[in-house]
Amino acid sequence: MKNDKKEKRIGLFVCHCGVNIAGVVDVEKVAQVMKDHPGVAFSTNYVYMCSDPGQQMIIDTIKEKKLDSIIVAACSPTLHEKTFQEAAKLAGLNPYQIEIANIREQDSWVHKDKERATRKAIKIIKSHVAKARLNESLEPIKVDIKKRALVIGGGISGIQAALDIADHGYQVLLVEKNPSIGGKMIQLSETFPTLDCSQCIMTPKMVEVSRHPNIKLLTYHEVESVSGFIGNFKVKIKKKPRYVFESLCNLCGECEKVCPQIAPDEFNMGLSFRKAIYMPFPQAIPGTYTLDAEHCLGLKPVRCGKCKDVCDKKAIDYDMKEEFFEEMVGSIVIATGYDLYSLQALGEYGSEKYDDVINGLEFERILSASGPTGGEVRRPSDGKVPKNVVFVQCCGSRDTEKHNPYCSKICCMYTAKHAMLYKHRVPDGHATVFYIDVRTGGKAFDEFYQRTVEEDKVLYVRGKVSKIYKEGDKLIVWGVDTLTGKKVEVEADMVVLAMAMVKAEGVDDLLKKLKVSTDIHGFLAEAHPKLRPVESLNAGFYLAGCAQGPKDIPEAVAQASAAAAKVGDLFAQKELTHSPEIVPVNTDLCSGCGICITMCPYDARSLDKERGVVQVNEVLCEGCGACAAACPSGAAQQRNQTDEQIFAMLTAMLGG
Amino acid sequence: MFEPEIMCFLCKWCTSTAADLAGTSRMTYAPNGVNLRVMCSSRVDPQHILYAFRRGADGVFIGGCHPGDCHYVEGNYKTLRRVTLFKNILRDLGIDPNRLRLEWISAAEGRKFAEKIDEFTKQIRALGPLNLNDQALVAREEKNE
Repeated sequence: MKNDKKEKRIGLFVCHCGVNIAGVVDVEKVAQVMKDHPGVAFSTNYVYMCSDPGQQMIIDTIKEKKLDSIIVAACSPTLHEKTFQEAAKLAGLNPYQIEIANIREQDSWVHKDKERATRKAIKIIKSHVAKARLNESLEPIKVDIKKRALVIGGGISGIQAALDIADHGYQVLLVEKNPSIGGKMIQLSETFPTLDCSQCIMTPKMVEVSRHPNIKLLTYHEVESVSGFIGNFKVKIKKKPRYVFESLCNLCGECEKVCPQIAPDEFNMGLSFRKAIYMPFPQAIPGTYTLDAEHCLGLKPVRCGKCKDVCDKKAIDYDMKEEFFEEMVGSIVIATGYDLYSLQALGEYGSEKYDDVINGLEFERILSASGPTGGEVRRPSDGKVPKNVVFVQCCGSRDTEKHNPYCSKICCMYTAKHAMLYKHRVPDGHATVFYIDVRTGGKAFDEFYQRTVEEDKVLYVRGKVSKIYKEGDKLIVWGVDTLTGKKVEVEADMVVLAMAMVKAEGVDDLLKKLKVSTDIHGFLAEAHPKLRPVESLNAGFYLAGCAQGPKDIPEAVAQASAAAAKVGDLFAQKELTHSPEIVPVNTDLCSGCGICITMCPYDARSLDKERGVVQVNEVLCEGCGACAAACPSGAAQQRNQTDEQIFAMLTAMLGG
Repeated sequence: MFEPEIMCFLCKWCTSTAADLAGTSRMTYAPNGVNLRVMCSSRVDPQHILYAFRRGADGVFIGGCHPGDCHYVEGNYKTLRRVTLFKNILRDLGIDPNRLRLEWISAAEGRKFAEKIDEFTKQIRALGPLNLNDQALVAREEKNE
């Protein structure tokens, strides 16, 4: 390869990694062979390059031998690339002049034949020498940070994340699609294992959100689109028409009294009715009525207009329209929660036909003092007090064949809570639980379950339910007791199904807009399952709560606080740096064909119409190189991974 | 026994990490392949593949993230389209398209990486040497450079 520039002086440092590398690869030989390789000015080997003396040797050698570039042949670059970059920096070398040749994970650890592994190590190192000869010194691209966060979802996770970030002293936008914040937790009656009243512990937090000077609460809003990158996201937000001015509504409730239209009450899971103009629940935040356009007559051609007539405050406006506006934020916390697996998916349990086969959240509402029965256990069909209640666990969970293969994690505990609370309210009633396993990992969880069994005398039957059908007035639960191997039939007045937790309805569309990755079940994927559990792989996005996977309240709160702390880490920096290994345009070669523009997933490239060439927004470019591979003229070249470098590496690997 | 030369282009986020995992888990596989880490499988230009064949590679292996999992949103779809098209061109050039292989291997699939490399090595061994490293061609190219 001809190069007008002065030939670089490259130093090679081959690591033994104790016997991890040296046990298979002949490191002495490798260092010896490479001594005379073109471009290599110095070559040595050492037992642990990453140790302090190893790093010191690198620093001293760079200075002493006046090296322009170094190659460390050691473990995977994911482990120590940074270590050696920092060491080289101390010796005055640009960190982009450091190459890591992976001869451990991708060589010594996977091959037994010493001779061939040694030959492979030499090939790998030669390819990096070929690349290093052409590496440029680069400076990271600096980017400002907009120190303001967006939290999507106003359940307990979103609320906690918003409060923590706001307490760190940063501005927060909290976007919730529903008329009130509170999410699923506000619907629960009591929480396991302490039996704290859910509303009692949640409403103070909701009030705090609404009063916090650093939080801008946007309920009945949705995120429409997101563009930009970490530190600088541009978010388009849709304000849905509430048809009631929040600032004017004084909650007198006159509108609700005169409204002639009714609709199923979402807060009570459809077990009761509300008016078309309504407050979702008494403690709703913000405290305002909302007019549901779908059920209101007033918005239709023949106007009803009763609510507007009685509203003294003139708070109702039928002509309100959707509004869109843009906000700039530096980071985004996704706390979009979960939904329950649809009852329809389990047709054999008859929930479509029988009103008294309900899911866990419906039972929460029945148990709740603010629920449709005022906390008395009465069944939906006829309002009678059920004397036999069967609880079925793992409905749609842990079923690899037909439903979801994963464990929904909280159902064992909430079913125990349901059975216990049922027995407290109906002491002469019988509760039977069908389970596969009872999983009670958590502080004071198993004690709680034991109490359900021993003190409250709930009968646990190990086995799955295959069918639920009606015989006369009774529901028959047909299953098997897998401990005795016998078929069982249990008569029930009501059946509660512990449905699996699944991704929130409609969340796919949102996540597509955000371009964040998910797992195969549609839950958010974390950057690393163990070491980076609250970050998305997509920089600037953080995960909180059940959007990432099934979890209970304390775990959701802990994750939300962790996500907020991560946002704090980000905002504590003065400015961000962006990798300079991007794909610029050589305008002398560019013909302005625009193929690279269509390749770019980040809209980083655009056509400069005046000059007829492509221009690149360096901050938006993530350096994937898809455009470089597509450019027909070679004008798009990835910094430090140019075509010339790749060809040189291939030549070196294939024997020069 | 014929020992083929194999060039592997591995994406940094998934397949190269899978190759690291295979190492950490001490799996063993054929040492015929040498890996070249790219940011995304979509960085691989058909020119790189052809160049590798001409320089003596008997097989070229490309590893990327599973569809839907690309770190760069959709780079792997671009790779899939390019590889599918390029295989037709290889056929026209008289090169068995089976000498080029694209696999989706996630960061968690160390075992799959080891298995696929073994499988591909066996396949190329059965196909025999490509012998495309025409000395004259290479010499001419060096002159042009």
